[in-house]
Amino acid sequence: MSAASPTQALLLATILFATGLLGVLARRNLLLMLMSIEIMLNAAALAFIAAGARWHAAQGQVMFLMILSLAAAEAAVGLAIILRLHAAGRPTLDADTGNRLKG
Amino acid sequence: MDALLLPLIVVFPLLAAGILFVSAGRLSARPSCVIGAGSVGLSALLAGRLATGFLASPPPTGALHVTLWSWMQVEGFSTRIAFALDPLSLVMMLVVTGVGFLILLYACGYMHDDPDIARFFGCMTLFVAAMLVLVFSSDLLSLYIGWEGVGICSYLLIGFWHTDTANVVAARKAFIVTRIGDAAMLCGLLLLATQAGTLDIAALLHIVATSPAQLLPTTAAFLLLGGALAKSAQVPLQTWLPDAMAGPTPVSALIHAATMVTAGVYLIARLHPLFMAVPPAMTAVALVGLITLLLAAGSALVQTDIKRILAYSTMSQIGYMFLALGTGAWQAAIFHLVTHAFFKALLFMAAGAVILRVHHRQDIYQMGGLAPAMPDVFVAFLAGAAALAGLPLLTAGFYSKEMILQGAWHANPLLWAGALLGAFATAIYIFRCVFIVFLGTRHTEPTGRTGATMAIPLACLAILALAGGWMEMPDTIAPVHLLSHLLSPLFGTPMAEGPSWLLWAGSLVPLAGVGVAWLLWRPRTQARRPPEDAIARLARTGWGFDTLYDTLLVRPFITLGRLNQSDICDRLSDATAATARAGGRMLSHMQSGQVRRYAGWIAAGTVVALCLGIRP
Repeated sequence: MSAASPTQALLLATILFATGLLGVLARRNLLLMLMSIEIMLNAAALAFIAAGARWHAAQGQVMFLMILSLAAAEAAVGLAIILRLHAAGRPTLDADTGNRLKG
Repeated sequence: MDALLLPLIVVFPLLAAGILFVSAGRLSARPSCVIGAGSVGLSALLAGRLATGFLASPPPTGALHVTLWSWMQVEGFSTRIAFALDPLSLVMMLVVTGVGFLILLYACGYMHDDPDIARFFGCMTLFVAAMLVLVFSSDLLSLYIGWEGVGICSYLLIGFWHTDTANVVAARKAFIVTRIGDAAMLCGLLLLATQAGTLDIAALLHIVATSPAQLLPTTAAFLLLGGALAKSAQVPLQTWLPDAMAGPTPVSALIHAATMVTAGVYLIARLHPLFMAVPPAMTAVALVGLITLLLAAGSALVQTDIKRILAYSTMSQIGYMFLALGTGAWQAAIFHLVTHAFFKALLFMAAGAVILRVHHRQDIYQMGGLAPAMPDVFVAFLAGAAALAGLPLLTAGFYSKEMILQGAWHANPLLWAGALLGAFATAIYIFRCVFIVFLGTRHTEPTGRTGATMAIPLACLAILALAGGWMEMPDTIAPVHLLSHLLSPLFGTPMAEGPSWLLWAGSLVPLAGVGVAWLLWRPRTQARRPPEDAIARLARTGWGFDTLYDTLLVRPFITLGRLNQSDICDRLSDATAATARAGGRMLSHMQSGQVRRYAGWIAAGTVVALCLGIRP
């Protein structure tokens, strides 16, 4: 099994990114939207790794670590918001009801 | 020292106006009065101090110059904000601050219960400041600032009680009519500025003296005359003054009798060499004055509203001043300006006191027999009336009017005859007013009393209206020439007096007028109603000028405006507005508040940006 070429890695990253974007746009469940955002972040991270491998530079992996911590922080904040919404008595996870700003 | 005092005289009222306007109605009556009347009182004190200094040791150049700052300096034109105190502005300064202070003091009593008293005093003090700027300016451009300043204050104060539509209409009329004259005057100023490269009065007059043709003096004089006519309510731009009586009575006394309406006289006297260089302009000034004084006196004969009688009388008296200007009797014009300020302010304020006591009625036929109820006001009004009629020897009006009659005699006996006829009518109309209001049977029971703040100014002005004329007398009576001596550096020595029978005629005609008035309106024979024939009605409405202008100018203009209401320009701006509104409505749909849509727009925008970025 030969090592994947950067082109293939970028292709995979694009597919992952499109999947994530589609998830954000199409799903109404807040939890699933958060997960889709994670997928998009990982797609971006994969693109960095591929680029780092292509040019034999360390920055790609540095950026990957940055994105990893960003994703963790984002998940923590996002989940906290969802929990707060639940605690405030919102009965649903439907994102489209968010424009009502109340209840 | 004196150079510092001169701007201070203007600064005090201006400061007071600032305080009163900024207070935005939070000041009650007492502080408003103290600030309003106090500031002008301070100015009057300073003016007195300055005048004594000036008279004791006149500056060597004949005038005290203070340059405040250089306003603009461009290629071929420069102008400064500069004040100058010469004998003419000295006289005007004393009148504006002195009479102004008395009227503001009176206003403290008159306007005491008005909820908007702070705004009233704000406008009044602003007016005094603007009038002083007009008087002091040694540059026509800064004079024009004062000129427009008094115009806007007049507008604000005529429409002071703005909840009544009639008052607002009167204010607008006054503003528009004087605006017409102001436009002419502005054209004149621009002409002078382009021709001479400066608007400094001394420089202009120097050019007039050396090479007058350079200035196009005929056009300039007539354009400036247009401004003076409108401001001083002379034919044909006189229609605004009677309606201006819609304002409070102190306003009528200060602005529409004593000071602002005489600004036209002041302007012509200030620029008299320019007018002397243009004989047709002088003739026009004299004729306008004569026509105005006769027409206005005729109107005043049949008015029923006490303030309108005085308004027409003001037009008529300013007509006398214009007649004096037109005949080259400059001193006489300024003398009459001063005495007129005294006695007309007195008449207005006494009339205001009467109006307050009879429940704001102004129709003289509803008053009657008021003399026993208010003897002090009666005496004050009588003093003013006697001065206005020019009863011989005792009153100020006699001496100033006599001087004008002398000047008219020298220019043209016909002018003299017209002016004498005017004097006859003056005595009749004002004593008609006295007899109907104060004698005969009483139709309205007066209430209340006239307070001290109103009585003191009345007393002061009554004394001035009687004794104020003794500063200038004909040689036949006593050789006193204080005023013409003071003004002689500007105007030269006055012309010699005519034969002494002129004096006799000038003394007997007012007495005859009073006699006629007594025969017609003495207590027993008083008619209950004013005459109603066609001529009386025509005279009462100001000889149909209003109707004429209404049909010739106002209505066609309004019709044209209505027809032209939705022209291409309007459509264009309307279309712009409609497009913007439609676009906004369309874009507002994007703001749905749904996170997924926003994310979609972000994605779409990113794709577009990327496409643009990677396009070779």
